Amino acid sequence: MTSAIRVQNLGKRYRIGARVEPHRLLSEQISAAFARPFQRGARWLHGIGTSKNGNGADPAHIWALREVNFEIPRGEAVGIIGRNGAGKSTLLKILSRITKPTEGRVELFGRVGSLLEVGTGFHPELTGRENIYLNGAILGMRRAEIARKFDEIVAFAEVEKFIDTPVKRFSSGMTVRLAFAVAAHLEPEILLVDEVLAVGDTAFQKKCLGKMGDVARDGRTVLFVSHDLTSIQVLCNRALRLSNGQVQGLGPVADEINAYLAESKFFARSQLDHPIPLSDRTRLLRFGFSPDPVPSGSPAEFDMELDSTMPLRIDDLAVVIHDGLNRRVGVLDLRQPHAPYKMNGKDTLKIRAQLRAMPLVEGEYRIGLSIRSDDVHRLVADLVTLDIVAKPDHEMVPYRAAIRGIVAFDYTLE
Amino acid sequence: MDLVSQAPREVPSQVTLTPPPHLILVPETPLWNLPLREIWEYRELLLFMAWRDVKVRYRQTVLGATWAIVQPLTAMVIFSIVFGQLAKLPSDGIPYPIFTYTALLPWNLFAGALTRATSSLVGNAHLLTKVYFPRVIIPVSAMVSSVIDFGVSFVILLGMMLYYGIEPTWRLAALPFLLLLAFVAALGVGLWLSALNVRYRDVSYIIPFLIQVWLYASPVAYSSTLIPTQWRWLYGLNPLVGVIEGFRWALLGTSWQPDILVLLSVVIVMVTFVTGLLYFHRMEETFADVA
Repeated sequence: MTSAIRVQNLGKRYRIGARVEPHRLLSEQISAAFARPFQRGARWLHGIGTSKNGNGADPAHIWALREVNFEIPRGEAVGIIGRNGAGKSTLLKILSRITKPTEGRVELFGRVGSLLEVGTGFHPELTGRENIYLNGAILGMRRAEIARKFDEIVAFAEVEKFIDTPVKRFSSGMTVRLAFAVAAHLEPEILLVDEVLAVGDTAFQKKCLGKMGDVARDGRTVLFVSHDLTSIQVLCNRALRLSNGQVQGLGPVADEINAYLAESKFFARSQLDHPIPLSDRTRLLRFGFSPDPVPSGSPAEFDMELDSTMPLRIDDLAVVIHDGLNRRVGVLDLRQPHAPYKMNGKDTLKIRAQLRAMPLVEGEYRIGLSIRSDDVHRLVADLVTLDIVAKPDHEMVPYRAAIRGIVAFDYTLE
Repeated sequence: MDLVSQAPREVPSQVTLTPPPHLILVPETPLWNLPLREIWEYRELLLFMAWRDVKVRYRQTVLGATWAIVQPLTAMVIFSIVFGQLAKLPSDGIPYPIFTYTALLPWNLFAGALTRATSSLVGNAHLLTKVYFPRVIIPVSAMVSSVIDFGVSFVILLGMMLYYGIEPTWRLAALPFLLLLAFVAALGVGLWLSALNVRYRDVSYIIPFLIQVWLYASPVAYSSTLIPTQWRWLYGLNPLVGVIEGFRWALLGTSWQPDILVLLSVVIVMVTFVTGLLYFHRMEETFADVA
């Protein structure tokens, strides 16, 4: 077995909270910043590692990854699964060299290409042609390589007619297609792909997924992070399961997905047990449905509360509901019809929605929040679970939930 | 659980001709271990980024590249009126407009390159957190467009030399060296400031002051012969003094002669450049975490 990736004792620690202590003088900060790298260099010279410092209960730091060990052979497509904050993205960032490990060691055998975002470095003023070259170069392709694949990329993106038009005049769909097309033609020995398939239309996503599958079949190694367990199953033969920054398992994809789903049940909570930060300044205080559990077909109430330390305008806000396999079931659009939500930096924002009848078949659903405001634009998946139970029916025994799909229709028989 | 039937995967039997690169990522790398080879491998990206900056800069402007000329010409007119006509500063027997314009060219190269380099990392933060490449490419490529501006405004200088009847001499051969010195000086300071700017945004507020102070500490509007002899050595610590007086000497034939101070400038520039490169290299691994 030839290895493509070997990870030993890998750890990454992040600082949380205030970045700069307010009472320190800027001059102190500057002199410290000047001295720090040289101190570290000097310590390194003396052979004293700094990486083991600050172990244990340091409230200002969190370990995004800790004692991670695994090895991936060449030619394998491996999916990385785990809840939010399990360390998936941090792992990819270390492997793609965007950030350094705090401890441990990573060995990569082969040219690495990473795709953590579609269209990195796209410039709206440049034409489609120019952006293909620029984006390709940023992703690590040689000019000759881009030139060779150019026609293929353009055909793949279906933008032949507009190739010499500035990208700012493209529709958003065309831009995404072009960006995907460049990325899909990246052919390093090791390909790292983050949740990039979350945007774009489904048909085109399938096309890209297929293209990336070809990459794996060519004997290259693919590491693929996604919340979408279905695409992980399509693309990968094995999966790496992370939880709380540690490896829980590395094995056949179906086994790991089942273990992940079982583990998620263990984490289930129907209301937040502590505030969840959405950005540096904005926190989610309350979030969830009542009653708990909700009987299928019965009225339910959704309720949330946000706080923010700065004045904030929220343009988009929606509750996003996924089923146990992370297929999207639907959203509750929370936007107000006439004006965006405004927060003044002091009062909390409370939003409440009444559902006349919960239209879902009994089971466990995952509830997340999508938000776009002045300081944050993200989808926070898996915040809480929504437990839906069967409505008591005295006249007839219902079919099993597993064969009834997702939607519970509200109808009468005549 | 079988959601989608999976095609059987053949065992790849691919023969690799060249051994794939072997990369080791560890927390600490030696301070002096500069990724020079890697920077060379990414040279195409440097060209693409520079080309992007140049291309985008004058899009949707009416005057386009003419802006590269407008700025030094305006400064020349103002300096000629204020310092040449009103203050009547001596200009070594050279017509004042061309005397100051010759100095403005390397000065603008330096100041423009320094300003662009300093804000470059913050301006490209989205790249820092999404993709890896040697980070030093960002400030260097940002500086390239200042060289293009220099080229454009240099054509005007040639026209002015023709107008004033100043003939070029063999001294012109010194220009590439002086140009390189100005560029490396901006690069050295730019590496320090751009890396600092990622963590301390105060730097972007300091830059305009720094540039202004530095302008008056350099012989752009006046001749360095005005500096009292006993202070010349201190004044000469500013590497731009050697560059600017060197430009005048090479193009206009002023009485200034290259001396030991030029050597001192070279040493200072090299020290700034090397320490800047090391500091930048030390800090670049944290850019993605703080940008």
